[in-house]
This record gives sequence, C-alpha cells and structure tokens, in this order.
Amino acid sequence: MVKKILQSTYLWLILIFLYAPVVLLVVYSFNASTEIGSWSKEWNFSLYKMLFTDAKILNAIKNTIFLALSSSAIATILGTIGAIGMYYSKPKTFRIFNTITQIPIVNAEIVTAISLALVCSMLLFPRTYASLLIAHVVLTFPFVVTSVLPKLKQMDPNLYEAGLDLGASPLKALFTITIPEISPGIASGFMIAITLSLDDYIITNFTKPSTIDTISTYAYNAYAKNSANTSIPALRALSAIIFAVIIISVVAVNLSANKKVREREGK
Amino acid sequence: MGPLKFSRKNLGIPYALFMLVFVLFPLVLIVFYAFTDANGHFTISNFTDFFSRSSNLYVLLISFALAVLTTAICLIIAYPVAYILAKSGAKTRNVYLLLFILPMWINFVLRTAAMKELLFALDSIGIYNVTDWYFVNTVIGMVYDYLPFTILPIYTVLIKIDKNVMEASTDLGANGFQTFVRTTLPLSVPGIISAVTMVLLPSTTSYVISDTLGNSKVTIIGKLIENQFNIGTADSWHTGSAISLILLFFIFGTMLLTGKFTENSNTRGSGLW
Repeated sequence: MVKKILQSTYLWLILIFLYAPVVLLVVYSFNASTEIGSWSKEWNFSLYKMLFTDAKILNAIKNTIFLALSSSAIATILGTIGAIGMYYSKPKTFRIFNTITQIPIVNAEIVTAISLALVCSMLLFPRTYASLLIAHVVLTFPFVVTSVLPKLKQMDPNLYEAGLDLGASPLKALFTITIPEISPGIASGFMIAITLSLDDYIITNFTKPSTIDTISTYAYNAYAKNSANTSIPALRALSAIIFAVIIISVVAVNLSANKKVREREGK
Repeated sequence: MGPLKFSRKNLGIPYALFMLVFVLFPLVLIVFYAFTDANGHFTISNFTDFFSRSSNLYVLLISFALAVLTTAICLIIAYPVAYILAKSGAKTRNVYLLLFILPMWINFVLRTAAMKELLFALDSIGIYNVTDWYFVNTVIGMVYDYLPFTILPIYTVLIKIDKNVMEASTDLGANGFQTFVRTTLPLSVPGIISAVTMVLLPSTTSYVISDTLGNSKVTIIGKLIENQFNIGTADSWHTGSAISLILLFFIFGTMLLTGKFTENSNTRGSGLW
C-alpha cells in the first residue's frame, strides 16, 4: 500500500514538472497583466483579443497549418511509393534504399538544414515557399516509410497475386488490394509527418524566405532573440489554445477508440 | 516487356531520384564545402582552424557537458516512471502514458518558451535566479523537453519483458532488488540505449533551448554551425560545413556502433501515434 502511494506520488511529481509551465501560461492567458509574475486584478480575454488582432501571428498560424498539411501529403505519397518500391526490390537494393531513408532520421537537424541551404545557394534556387515545402518533405518522408514498411511485411503476399490471377492489372491490384491493406501504416505515417512539421524550427529557419514565418520561427524570434517582444502575451494565449485543442482531440480520439472496442466486444 | 508495363518495384525509381537530389546530393555538398576554401581550392584548413581555436573547443566541452548531464538526469527520472508504468494495470497504465506523452504535441518552441516563463515567474517570487543560472536553465529546459522521449523507449522494452523471467528469478531465491539488477535491468538495456541516442544528439545540436533559456551565454555545436551560416563571410560556410562533417562523422559512427541503421527503429515521432 505504502509502495503504491509512493509510486503514484512520484508519477504525479514528474507530471507536475511536465505540466506546470503550460498550466502557468493557461492561467496567465486569462489575466490582463502582460507580464508573468505580476498579477493584475482583472481577469479577461484581453490577451486573446491581442492574439486575434495580431496579423503577423495569425499569418504564422496559417502558414504553419498549410505547410504541415501540404508537406505531409507529399511526404505520405512519396514515402508510400518508396516503401512499396523498395519492399518488392531485390534484398540488396532494399538494404541500400532503407539505409539512405534512415539518414534524415538519424542526422542532426542542423546538418540537414544547412545541407539543404547549400543546395539552394549552389543551384541559385532562391529560398521560396517551394524550398520550404521540399525541406519539410525531406524531414518527414522517412517516418512515413518506417510506418508503412511493417504493414507491407504483415500483408499476405497471396492477396496481390490473387488479384492478378483474377484479372486485375498490376496498377489496379495495387490500388484495390495493397493500398487498402497498408492504409493504417499510411495514416499513422501522415500523422507523424504532421506532428514533425508543426514542431520544426531549425530546418524551417534555413530554408524559408524571410517573408514567411511559422509559429516556431515567430515564437523563437519573440522569445530567444528579443525578450522585450510585444507579442509575447499574445503567444501565451496561442499556447493556451494549442493546449486546449490537443486535450480535446486526444479525448475525442480515445472516446471513439473506446467506442469501437466496445462495439467489437458487443458483437 | 513494354516500357509502360507497371511493376511494383518501379515505384522505387522516383523515390530514388528524390533521395538522390535531396538527401545524398546535399550531403555531398557538405563534404565539398568542408574541403574547399572560398575560391573552390582544396584545403584542410577548415578543420585545422576549427581545432586550433580555443573558443571552439570550449563549445565542444559545453555541448558535451550539457548532453551528458541532460541524458543522465533524463534517464534517472525516466527509468522509474517507465518501470512503474510497466508494472501497473492496463487501464491506469494507458491513462498515465497518455498524460506523459501529451506535452509532446505542444509546439516545441512554445513549450520551451513556457519553461522560460515559469522560470521567470519563480525568479520574481525569489526562489530562482534566471539571469545567473543560465546553464541550469538550459539543463532544466532540455530535461523538460526530452523527458517524454526517454520514458517511451524504456517503457516499450520493459512492457515486452516476459513476466516468467522475473518469476523464475524469484523462484530461484532472488529478492526483489536482485531480480531487478540481474534480470530486468540487463533486459532493458536496448530501451536505455535508444533513449540515450534520442537525447544525446538533440541536446548537442538543437539550439532552440539553449538560445531561449541560456541568455545567449550557452553556445552548443548546433549554434556554432548556425553562426557560421549567419555571419556570411567568404569562408564561414566552408567552416560551418567542416563542423557539420565532424558532427556527421560522430553521428554515423555511433549509429553504426549501436546498429541503429539496420533495426529500422523510428525515433522522434513513433511513440506519438
């Protein structure tokens, strides 16, 4: 019994450490004070008003979401065809492909970032939205491959052959048999890609044009470069909103997963 | 075989082209820049200069100290968490696991900024000193950001350990501590190694945390490389590439040693989904 209490006390202490910073921001986001550490007697939504009238931050939010969705979509397509292509190649080819695929995963982000920046300058390719998009695809596609490959391994190889025997063209068999079979891997690859793209700072900073900001680059400039930045209070409100969105979606996902489990058990 | 005949392995061709242009070619460029000067002539001075400057060696030392300290603290905190979670019942385990993973979804820069705000708040009530303890700030920030990444791989390994092994150990007369030291701990080494590789590299290269919390007094290798590309003198890019190449050498050396390439383990994002 004592052991149990000690154990959960330990877990909760660590959880407090992990949540205290964010909870502090959430609390302060409803306070009229623009400085953490000094309370204002007034509790209101003034920081949220600041956030929703700050065109630069709103633009950064829009860029971040659009970039994450578009780069993840491309990375998912690229990673899926890559995984299929390498899986059905000769073992030696597979090993070479797989090793090169792992490079962006194990490499330091700063090295990937400057290597792409070098490509831009070498080819006289100006930093545009396109270079930023490609950079995010490079950052995320290996994770799609690593989540699709296990699904290909689990798949019954006879299904595809049966499709061909029954008269489907290879392309049709691919779309009606292989893709649906590996779709859970594709979906989780897409989700990982989105999370990584939303989070990235270093690669974004080295491949973006100066006119484009994402939440990461905007927040970095506000907090790391200039501690007196006037948009910090508005970013506090943004953090609170992001935190709320995460909690709501996690709860929603778990509720629907539980529901599915119960339905399956019911049958 | 007509040229239009579709085969699954042909899908590898566009993929290979993409990797050639955007993964391999960029790395070749780093090697090229590292061994040339501003006029494109071959040189090794980028490397000799780097090692002869004492400020650079100081950066290496600081990075190393930060990385080792952060990794050690993360492991010491994370191992008991993973252990307790692996031992609990399925339902409590899943709820706790979710609670530990959840902060990872908040934007990395905003999360780090939140820690900065917390430390400033603690400073304003007089129990912390943000301005003087910049190294401690950075360590706290790194532990805060990387802790969930340490808990997950250890937990994943612990949960897979066959319960019979522990029972056998107890049956053969070992007490709880002996069982842990002689069976559980050795069996969880792969999880510990993967946790270490996940923290070690970002803590020497991901300069967002040291920039945000270090009051621009903590320079790590990643920041040093970034600086070379920002000052923009004629040969700074070549110096930056040389430092990157040294870093690459270490990264791929460690990866080959730990066999990371072959086991196809999916780092950063995998635990989230």
